[in-house]
Amino acid sequence: MEDEKQLAAFEAKIAAGNKIEPKDWMPEAYRKQLIRMMSQHAHSEIVGMLPEGNWITRAPNLRRKAILLAKVQDEAGHGLYLYSATETLGVDRSELLEQLHTGKAKYSSIFNYPTLTWADIGAIGWLVDGAAIMNQTALARGSYGPYCRAMIRICKEESFHNRQGYEIMMHLAQGTPEQKAMAQDALNRWWWPSIMMLGPSDDQSPNSEQLMRWKVKMESNDAIRQRFIDRTVPQADFIGLSIPDKDLKFDEKTGHYTHGPINWDEFFEVIKGNGPCNAKRLKARNDADKKGRWVRDAALAYAEKKKLKAA
Amino acid sequence: MTDTQWPVWEVFVQANPGIPHKHVGNVHAADAEMAIQNARDVYTRRSEGISIWVVPANAISASSPEDQGSFFEPSNDKPYRHPTFYKIPEGVKYL
Repeated sequence: MEDEKQLAAFEAKIAAGNKIEPKDWMPEAYRKQLIRMMSQHAHSEIVGMLPEGNWITRAPNLRRKAILLAKVQDEAGHGLYLYSATETLGVDRSELLEQLHTGKAKYSSIFNYPTLTWADIGAIGWLVDGAAIMNQTALARGSYGPYCRAMIRICKEESFHNRQGYEIMMHLAQGTPEQKAMAQDALNRWWWPSIMMLGPSDDQSPNSEQLMRWKVKMESNDAIRQRFIDRTVPQADFIGLSIPDKDLKFDEKTGHYTHGPINWDEFFEVIKGNGPCNAKRLKARNDADKKGRWVRDAALAYAEKKKLKAA
Repeated sequence: MTDTQWPVWEVFVQANPGIPHKHVGNVHAADAEMAIQNARDVYTRRSEGISIWVVPANAISASSPEDQGSFFEPSNDKPYRHPTFYKIPEGVKYL
């Protein structure tokens, strides 16, 4: 009975556009879903540093290197904002990391693809961060206060990521025939994974109704995907690159692009752990955690020693 | 020893001189000095601040949302605390 009253008050608050804060009453299902979503999001930011980190030492010039370093540092920051926001739901960061390291928790499918050439860094900023912005601006209007605040900060910073990526692609597309081919090749490889990363089609995505009502999810995957495609295709046209989808057409009647079939088998295989780099990413995270352990222990021991001396 | 990922510190940033410090989130750090450095790296990478406070998260006590109504109620029945409570005749200036 008490629960029903609390649930009604909770839902009324959300319907009125108010935010839920950490100490407010919330249904267990809401808390669980948010922990799952927010920690997956945090893990994605952290794992997302790996494919890009791969090119820091090989950036073509100092300007690009400084930019890439700043971008990868931002991703670390995003991971931290998100872990911090997730911890407000009463879960410990070490527990979340444990789930990542043991493969129990998921992260974005996109980071299981390799970065083979420098143009991939452009494609990631332009497409992957571009798709992420579509998703995150929707999430920033959600109901959980700490998550929204993290999203707002992140969206501001993603805009830099998105533009620097497009600039890389633009320069390559205007360069030598080899450079242009490199940019086109990167677009060919990243296009489909980028539109897949926005999640399964609505008809395959269960329990959306309650999550929408609770403003955990703000828009359907397909709606976000459509917006991403509508905005991105003209950007590709502008720099003379072509989207690798022979069925892609602009529909004058709806004002939207229609696209060819998405290979969802590939998406689910990557999610299951069978993408090109899943094992490599997980190993890199585990190694970093193990190798960093002594640093965490030593810093804590040093802080204890200082405290004793001061006492 | 379990891996604590270090204690949590709440972070407050002052964006410009003369305005209050505002809560922005938290960081994990072994001590206060490291918490301030981590807070700088996490929350002020784009000149968002000129001053940072960090406070051990477990040192903060907060009012509870369930008691919000009764806790803040006493101020609702004292409208005479507001200047608009008082009717001043037209023509009286500077009041």
